[in-house]
Amino acid sequence: MGAFASYTLIGLFTGAAYSIAASGLVLTYSTTRIFNVAHGALGMVFAFVYWDFSQRQGLPTWLSLVLVLLVVAPVGGVLLQRIFVSGLDDAPVSVSLVVTVGLLVGLIGVATQVWPPAARSVPEFFAGHVVSFGDVVVTWHQLITIAASGVVAGGLHLLLTRTRAGTAMRASVDNPGLLELYGGRPHLAGALAWAIGTSLAALAGILLTPVIGLQYYDLTLLVISAYAAAMLGRLTSLPLTFAGGMALGLAQSYAVGYLPGGGDLAGLRAVVPTLFLFAVIVLMPQSPLRVGQVRGIVAARVPRMRSAGGWGLGLVILVIALSFLLQPGSMLLVGTAATYGIVMLSLVLLTGYGGHVSLAQFSFAGVGALAYAKLDDPNLLGLFLAALTASLVGALVAIPVLRLTGLYLALATLAFAELMDKLVFQSSFAFGLNGTLAASRMSVLGRRIEGTGSYTVLMAVFFVLVALVVLVVRRGRLGRVLIAARDSETACSTLGLDLRWLRVGMFAGSAGIAGLAGALYAGLRQTVGASDFGFFTSLLLLLMAVVWGVTSVTGAALGGVFLAYLPVVQADHQALAGLALVVLGFGAVALGRDPNGLANRLFVLGRWASRTLEREWTRRFPGTMLPPGQGHGPDMGAEEVTADVVAGS
Amino acid sequence: MSVPILELVDVHAAYGRIEVLRGVDLRVPAGAVVALLGPNGAGKSTLLKVVSGQLAATAGDVHMAGVSVRNASPGELARAGLALVPEGRGVFPNLSVEDNLRLMSCAGVPAAQVRDTAYTTFPRLHERRRQLAGTLSGGEQQMLALARALTSDPALLLLDELSMGLAPAIVDELYDTVRSIAAAGVSIVVVEQFARTALRICDLAAVMTGGRIETVGAPDEIGSTMADVMLGGAA
Repeated sequence: MGAFASYTLIGLFTGAAYSIAASGLVLTYSTTRIFNVAHGALGMVFAFVYWDFSQRQGLPTWLSLVLVLLVVAPVGGVLLQRIFVSGLDDAPVSVSLVVTVGLLVGLIGVATQVWPPAARSVPEFFAGHVVSFGDVVVTWHQLITIAASGVVAGGLHLLLTRTRAGTAMRASVDNPGLLELYGGRPHLAGALAWAIGTSLAALAGILLTPVIGLQYYDLTLLVISAYAAAMLGRLTSLPLTFAGGMALGLAQSYAVGYLPGGGDLAGLRAVVPTLFLFAVIVLMPQSPLRVGQVRGIVAARVPRMRSAGGWGLGLVILVIALSFLLQPGSMLLVGTAATYGIVMLSLVLLTGYGGHVSLAQFSFAGVGALAYAKLDDPNLLGLFLAALTASLVGALVAIPVLRLTGLYLALATLAFAELMDKLVFQSSFAFGLNGTLAASRMSVLGRRIEGTGSYTVLMAVFFVLVALVVLVVRRGRLGRVLIAARDSETACSTLGLDLRWLRVGMFAGSAGIAGLAGALYAGLRQTVGASDFGFFTSLLLLLMAVVWGVTSVTGAALGGVFLAYLPVVQADHQALAGLALVVLGFGAVALGRDPNGLANRLFVLGRWASRTLEREWTRRFPGTMLPPGQGHGPDMGAEEVTADVVAGS
Repeated sequence: MSVPILELVDVHAAYGRIEVLRGVDLRVPAGAVVALLGPNGAGKSTLLKVVSGQLAATAGDVHMAGVSVRNASPGELARAGLALVPEGRGVFPNLSVEDNLRLMSCAGVPAAQVRDTAYTTFPRLHERRRQLAGTLSGGEQQMLALARALTSDPALLLLDELSMGLAPAIVDELYDTVRSIAAAGVSIVVVEQFARTALRICDLAAVMTGGRIETVGAPDEIGSTMADVMLGGAA
């Protein structure tokens, strides 16, 4: 009995912290309609700030708390809202997701840059003070947390439903223009919501830190628990959110107490919030989300197949040349770039064309790698089977959330990635706990590709083939349906198109491409482990894809190269490792609104250069033409932006 | 003669390069109901946008109670006592009826009083007070939008196409309310496609075509020339 009561108490404590975080999420969502994936990261950063004030600089606890919760966090929240978030409320879900994922990565970069990894601890409030109820001992810290969650939930509920300011906050997302006609101040309402929301994230982070430690990633992943709780309250109901947080905390605590601590189920205890999120998303009644205005994304022109083929051939020739010039070690890096490039192609299909965001592409790659590593003598058929396995898993993720909108799909992938990371990949039938599997290089048509150089050339060939397939899909009927579905699901359903299976198919196809990349990667490295397919890499991949352009295969090629190079840069300049993430994260925040990315800017530059060249040529040699094939700049540059199409709602 | 509640002097306004208002002069005497009539595209709604601060005039001046408000924001004007019931449905669709009414309680009017007035005038809103405004029928949404004019005791009320998409019986019910607001002494500018409905309640009618005020006169004078204007015969 005593054990049960203790687990209940711990559960209530964790649940209280979860519901505080989740309330902040509900507040920012219901007032600015932004799903802030970076909510946990904000809590993490401000927990570090609190540590800095109270431990490093030695300020009194109460003063540090007041400074963080009432000054630093609210000001930070208002700045974020003003600089990054305002104007996103009527953007497509994919854009606001990318921007907040960018924020998440950027904040982790900030934290690692300002507070490099070291052992740090934050003591509990009133450490050592306890209250005993019979044989159950409750610390003051736990009591304070539970009380704070009640105050927060009640206070926010009153604010949002009983006061004019709170109602105005909700009205500001509904129709800001009308609120102004009513004499309200929409910008103030959004800023206030972010100030309070960020402060609540900070509070949750500070309360949890003494228990889960001051870590970059664990606190960032708090967002999964917060989302799970907030989803139960359908992102609007604060009482249900509170209940969700408490239920989650209890479930997690009982899991720790009563589930076996060893074996394959050991990881299960860590993923309780994820399973909870999955369950809530899948079992929840029909999507309660408000439907925002549908807005077309700027369309990118698709290149002619001949020019795309020409550039592909050029790329393969370049890699062949590199294989003669570079050391095998460097060729591994080129091969890694090809892997990342192929995974990014899967995002071109899913995000660039389909408008859906996946935060789990590397988990699909991991499935492909796992399937490949289990093969005895891998050949093309084996490679195909590995990709097929990944694509089936992709369909399995998409089917449960078939009826839901893009946001839930993205959240389901986040949950899935976390699940694969902590539970599946670590288990004994997969890579094993911190373990690796050996994989052999593939044979093509009976000939084994043994050398690293030639294997890398093979990967480049696969990149080009997949890119061509993606382009063929885009040019055909299916591609037009994808674009139409991205720009207006409603309009498509009036045409009688059933988009749900399209979505599953697209997801499966994209997962298959990622799986193919993973399988090729396994063959390249010859040993693969769970750490190669971590959940954080998927986030970096998404950001890199968006920065370089998620609507073009050129963007995928460039993004792959840069993503492969990122860890090398970080290893060479350890002092600036965090800064690299900051640049990438905030770069994605800045470029997230234009999914055509830097690749498109290069196209524009290329066209300008070719026009200038052509003009100069005709001026100097009148009557002659440029030799064919010249003066077209980067001709995948035919993927240029054609028009600022803004389809109506 | 007293200061008019609203006076427009040679107001020009444009959407980008397209000039919509080409020198509008209009005086709304305090306490009067002025109907603004005219065919589609005459610039009636644009005129209300300029007056309510949603669109900046490119030339000319707008005075409210003798004070120039040409560069005032919609919020400032609203706090100064101007109420606009915009074209379409002027409600917050994802808020409940009660929450919508709560937002109307600005300028020192207590929320309870707003609710009482609204529910007495439109009992149907009371029945649906917990419902989201977006799920109300068109007529009920207009009632809710009109409740703001009813409860906030505005200095100047602008009504844009109150009748749009509604059944005639409901339009009559809404205009009965407008009449009682006018009887309480509120100055009103009514923009309306249904000239007859508007002419029944106004003291003055102004006819707009092509971005200018064509004629201003008593409702019965205007009524006889309306058909020509609406059918394009008078041009």
